[in-house]
Amino acid sequence: MSVESAPAVQEKKKEALFSKKNIRILRDPLDDNNPVTVQVLGICSALAVTVQVKPAMIMALGVIFVTAFSNLFTSLLRNTIPNRVRIIVQLIIIATLVTIVDQVLKAYMFDISKKLSVFVGLIITNCIVMGRLEAFALAQKPWPSLMDGIGNGLGYGIILVVVAVIREIFGAGTVLGFHVIPQWAYDHGYVNNGLMVLPPAALFVIGVYIWAQRSWNKKLVNVS
Amino acid sequence: MEHLLNLLIKSIFVENVVFAFFLGMCSFLAVSKKIKTAFGLGLAVIFVMILTTPLNYLILKYMLGEGVLAWIHPSLASVDLTFLSFILFISTIAGAVQLVEMVVEKYAPALYTSLGIFLPLITVNCSILGTSLFMQEREYNFAETAVFSVGSGIGFFLAIVLLAAIRERLRYSNIPEPLQGLGIAMIITGLMGMAFLSFSGIQL
Repeated sequence: MSVESAPAVQEKKKEALFSKKNIRILRDPLDDNNPVTVQVLGICSALAVTVQVKPAMIMALGVIFVTAFSNLFTSLLRNTIPNRVRIIVQLIIIATLVTIVDQVLKAYMFDISKKLSVFVGLIITNCIVMGRLEAFALAQKPWPSLMDGIGNGLGYGIILVVVAVIREIFGAGTVLGFHVIPQWAYDHGYVNNGLMVLPPAALFVIGVYIWAQRSWNKKLVNVS
Repeated sequence: MEHLLNLLIKSIFVENVVFAFFLGMCSFLAVSKKIKTAFGLGLAVIFVMILTTPLNYLILKYMLGEGVLAWIHPSLASVDLTFLSFILFISTIAGAVQLVEMVVEKYAPALYTSLGIFLPLITVNCSILGTSLFMQEREYNFAETAVFSVGSGIGFFLAIVLLAAIRERLRYSNIPEPLQGLGIAMIITGLMGMAFLSFSGIQL
């Protein structure tokens, strides 16, 4: 923690670590500026891992780790990266972090790692990571960048887990492997929805989520 | 031969990169407002895909696999560098896109201006890296890799042009305001995915 907070302490203004501004940077991506539903970033690999809740949560944690630290490191290096080759530098930073995540998963959670298959590697090309580096970390100090990274990772994670919960409940009748639809419902003819475990269902769920969010939050209408 | 043809059909229709694996969704949604730009991006993706996936196969096979460096020195026989594949794959792709960009700019300036920003953005198109990673995970040989990259590229091209065509018509329809734009695009993609599901089980 001391390493991460050091640059912020050196700021002239002596801004508090959890000042209102920094909290807003952390909280905005959760709803008003959500990376998936508002900025339209990172939908790529988001949906393929949402058949069950557990892989979705692990995936979300991996993405939070990568967005947070790639933002931090890019921000620390922002004055030494030449503008022309910045994409390659950013990709190397991201690819290194993703390799760490992949190796940790393979060592400690092999079955989950098999289930996520190529989608861990695809965090590299997840537009959220690159988008936040370009839009935020290249121009901001390390501490706000770290907050922005965590916020955007969390915003992504929330969508992922919400979609996964809906798909697992309706597709398999379970949450995290526990049965939530009682047996008497099945006895009375309730059937799991087979469509929910197929890829298109993720798109329907997220489409309806966006619809609901924009009906609730009118200022998001027509952002893209 | 039949096996390769099957793989081609499978990668274009049954396991379409966009509808079955959600790869390349970002540019798929962002660049599908007009058929013309969608067409250009689709062609560029096919080209980069065909260039980089076999290249990545050769790198994986002759530089990273266990024991392939033994010809340098016998003590390297037990070295397994597969964990470096992410970094090398993405570097190959970034380098190849840069190269393509330079060549196109020099020899086909008209195409270069019409593709504009989309050319460099192909680097972060998930479908390119995804194809390389699938190639590694499924342990394809060289011929299969080549066919698979062609099929995935055509699959992406087909998907983005189809969606662009639908979205051009969509401008004249009466959609609830909060659902306009991204929301309806998602639901349409889902419906198209369902249509593509009906290809499953096709065998030649």
